[in-house]
Amino acid sequence: MTDTNELIRLSAAQLAEKLRAGEVTSVEVTQAFLDRIAAVDGGERGVNAFLHVNTEEALAVAAEVDAIRAAGGAAAEELNELAGVPIAVKDLIVTIGQPTTAGSKILEGWHSPYDATVVKRLRAAKMPILGKTNLDEFAMGSSTEHSAYGPTRNPWDLDRIPGGSGGGSAAAVAAFEAPLALGTDTGGSIRQPGAVTGTVGVKPTYGSVSRYGAIAMASSLDQIGPVSRTVLDSALLHHVIGGHDPFDSTSLPDPLDDLVAAARVGNVEGLRVGIIKELHGEGFQAGVENRFNDSLELLKEAGAEIVEVSCPNFQYALGAYYLIMPSEASSNLAKFDGVRYGLRVLPEDGPMTIERVMGATRAAGFGDEVKRRIILGTYALSAGYYDAYYGSAQKVRTLVQRDFDAAFTVADVLISPTAPTTAFKLGEKLNDPLAMYLNDIATIPANLAGVPGLTLPGGLADEDGLPVGIQLLAPARQDARLYRVGAVLESLLEAKWGGPLLAQAPELAPSIETQEAK
Amino acid sequence: MSTDATLSFEEAMEKYDPVLGFEVHVELNTKTKMFSSAPNVFGDEPNTNVNEVDLGMPGVLPVVNRTAIESSIKIGLALNCKIAESCTFARKQYFYPDTPKNFQTSQYEDPIAYDGYLDIELSDGTIFRVEIERAHMEEDAGKLTHMGGSAGRIQGADFSLVDYNRSGVPLVEIVTKPIEGAGSRAPELAKAYVAAVREIVKNLGVSDAKMERGNVRCDANVSLRPHGRERFGIRSETKNVNSLRAVEHAVRYEIQRHAAVLDSGEPVVQETRHWHEDTRTTTSGRAKSDADDYRYFPEPDLVPIVASREWVEELRATLPEPPAARRKRLQADWGYSDLEFRDVVNAGVMDEIEETIAAGASATVARKWWMGEIVGRAKNADVDPGQLGVQPATIVELNRLVEDGKINNKMATEVLDGVLAGEGTPAEIVEKRGLAVVSDDGPLLEAIDAALAAQPDVAEKIRGGKLQAIGAIVGGVMKATRGQADAARVRELILEKLGVEG
Repeated sequence: MTDTNELIRLSAAQLAEKLRAGEVTSVEVTQAFLDRIAAVDGGERGVNAFLHVNTEEALAVAAEVDAIRAAGGAAAEELNELAGVPIAVKDLIVTIGQPTTAGSKILEGWHSPYDATVVKRLRAAKMPILGKTNLDEFAMGSSTEHSAYGPTRNPWDLDRIPGGSGGGSAAAVAAFEAPLALGTDTGGSIRQPGAVTGTVGVKPTYGSVSRYGAIAMASSLDQIGPVSRTVLDSALLHHVIGGHDPFDSTSLPDPLDDLVAAARVGNVEGLRVGIIKELHGEGFQAGVENRFNDSLELLKEAGAEIVEVSCPNFQYALGAYYLIMPSEASSNLAKFDGVRYGLRVLPEDGPMTIERVMGATRAAGFGDEVKRRIILGTYALSAGYYDAYYGSAQKVRTLVQRDFDAAFTVADVLISPTAPTTAFKLGEKLNDPLAMYLNDIATIPANLAGVPGLTLPGGLADEDGLPVGIQLLAPARQDARLYRVGAVLESLLEAKWGGPLLAQAPELAPSIETQEAK
Repeated sequence: MSTDATLSFEEAMEKYDPVLGFEVHVELNTKTKMFSSAPNVFGDEPNTNVNEVDLGMPGVLPVVNRTAIESSIKIGLALNCKIAESCTFARKQYFYPDTPKNFQTSQYEDPIAYDGYLDIELSDGTIFRVEIERAHMEEDAGKLTHMGGSAGRIQGADFSLVDYNRSGVPLVEIVTKPIEGAGSRAPELAKAYVAAVREIVKNLGVSDAKMERGNVRCDANVSLRPHGRERFGIRSETKNVNSLRAVEHAVRYEIQRHAAVLDSGEPVVQETRHWHEDTRTTTSGRAKSDADDYRYFPEPDLVPIVASREWVEELRATLPEPPAARRKRLQADWGYSDLEFRDVVNAGVMDEIEETIAAGASATVARKWWMGEIVGRAKNADVDPGQLGVQPATIVELNRLVEDGKINNKMATEVLDGVLAGEGTPAEIVEKRGLAVVSDDGPLLEAIDAALAAQPDVAEKIRGGKLQAIGAIVGGVMKATRGQADAARVRELILEKLGVEG
């Protein structure tokens, strides 16, 4: 048996290999991660990546996989490549048997009667689900500070944010509490946390992974995707969760090219890599810019051709996003009214009408950022303002798509820093929504256009020693290209660092409670 | 509830010209709902035909029911509409607990069918063309029941129950253009229009078309303007008009009410009105203005519906014969005169007669029962004949009882009343009420002996060959048996007894 401290640091692909070879059991692996969660997640200075830990069910699934493997034969042969490899699920994705809160008080204690399509696929692949990860309430935020259940801390520096909204999934993977996690990305909620925690995250092509069971923020932008520590691991997970789903009308009918093969092969020879003029330089931290340039150098050395492209309409993308996203969110969140499920708050005095019960419930159940976006969106869709706001934003969206189309005529993939800065301090931008929104400046265009994006660690910034993310973007349906390029860049960078970037992360001290327990 | 002033219909017509408009909602009879796989079934236990989609659970997504699209296209084609090559859904947003997502998924800017017309035949045979603006798809809301208040109204209720079985049932809303020029025939046209729509969707097989179940629901818009003026008056929209007779009455009432308001010099309030069948009046609902802000925006969870021309033509080829052709055929099949047939159509029992014939009755028998008995009863009960509760099989059974000599015609009408009173099947009622024609010869022979003994002179005349005198003896027997004897059999027995050849 491998030392559990080594075990949790293995990639999902390595764990899968050891499981297949019989060197370790899924119960051992799963228990190792559950122990790690117990050690580092709770307490005053814990990572707080998990809102719920699913110990019993995870171990039961692990034991089932072990039994199938032990019995051998066809059933063992037919096991999914990731069978027995545990995973964490963002608490925006519904699961039978565990609470789903969306990081909100309004859903506290709610249990979904159905599984999201991606969760069904995890179950079919027999991947033990470790638990549900923290997020900004209804995925609205870039720091996980807007969670009703307290912020998640960045494993690189516990006083800093892990990004958002999927800070829980990214931190869980970065802190070796899980080898894999699911995230959702509406404007960067997988990629920006990936960047600031030194992990890998992918926003797939819109429609390539079913949204059924992901609690909607902005339906036309939301996309579920993988969170991992390596490019190959994301490809493996993307393969498990992707593909057509008849329950999602926006789901693409045809499968993507082989993602896993692309990640395993890796090749940039003769590839045209486009630097987006508008997405680096001014407004980007110097250390971020330096690491970005390192990656460009490595790609050039490996045989890629670096070209510069201009996407002039990207300057309007953030503005358009902050009209379309809240408009759709205001509508999607209307269902949380206390009538059928979740929190119900009665008005303290006055008549007990349904309008007043709904009002009291929503006033008490939603946090400030959610209310801010509901108000924005309701206003933007109002009669007399629709054309000026929602209508104009949709036009910008079309222009952003055209910028991408033009850029992809001269480049095979586009590259940029994933986030303009490294992780900032907890509380630093909490009362400055506009500063918070600027975190997503580089990730939002991909959501508006529906194209896929991948972030991978690009090194540590000189000023603060914190991780920098490199973003790769490809045309719609060309997700395989991201894995092909990402795998090359990852191996070049790791060769330079002499190992994975996360190996340089500080050791996490066991939480106070854990120490006391011992 | 205050009573509104009204003018007489005649006076209203002298002064004003009515303009009508209708929104008819048709519930489709698809197996599953508009956007979910839950069953679309009427009348089950509350909240049993629902799944996570119908309840608006977090994370759910809609998927369009293909059969509902087909049905909508068929309705559009039958209404002579153009069918959109591509159309979308939108979200109509308002907070109300019968709408689980707090928005209704509906069509807004681009309906699946538009620019059609329907030719309506009035009672005297004239044809009136009603222009159709659009027919669009949407989902039905759940059903609220207000408890503890008076008469199920929300005002004063202690609490409300909600049944989401109806939530997500596919609807097609058919909207007319403003209907001008109907004049004093406006109420009649209103009824005939809704009847025609109902007939179309029923013949298409896309709806159960039962108004009493809400399968076809009508909102009637009425406005008046002085004769000769082009600009429309301010309209009211009367909701909940759920029978053909109610449509006629509601339009007539609103014309009379509007006329009184206009006569008083006040402006008509643009508002929703609620129809009350019991008082045959409307009351004010909520004020409705064109500025109601539903914050419509394109439904991002659905992709556009593309109706290829090939598909539309395939569907067109499956359409049943149009109502006018069908009427011509039925009249010929049944052998009714023009007048007889028009009466049948105007009484609204054409479908019922067709079903009764299909159940085994002759065309004559079916007409006799529906026109002779049921229409009158429906009028007295103030309901549409089809809603009275008479099944085609009941009529066939009644007729068979008469033909078999078990009961006579007079008794049969009594049995019909029993059926309507819910006493059981015709056979059960005959049994219970002891209505059977006396067919056992024993009691008859006794009665005959008594009658002959009472009138020996008449008996003598009959023996002498004066057969026409037999009526007096038959009458005596019938009296003695309180009309339950079969008169023909009585006559036979008398002749036998007296040894006379009939």
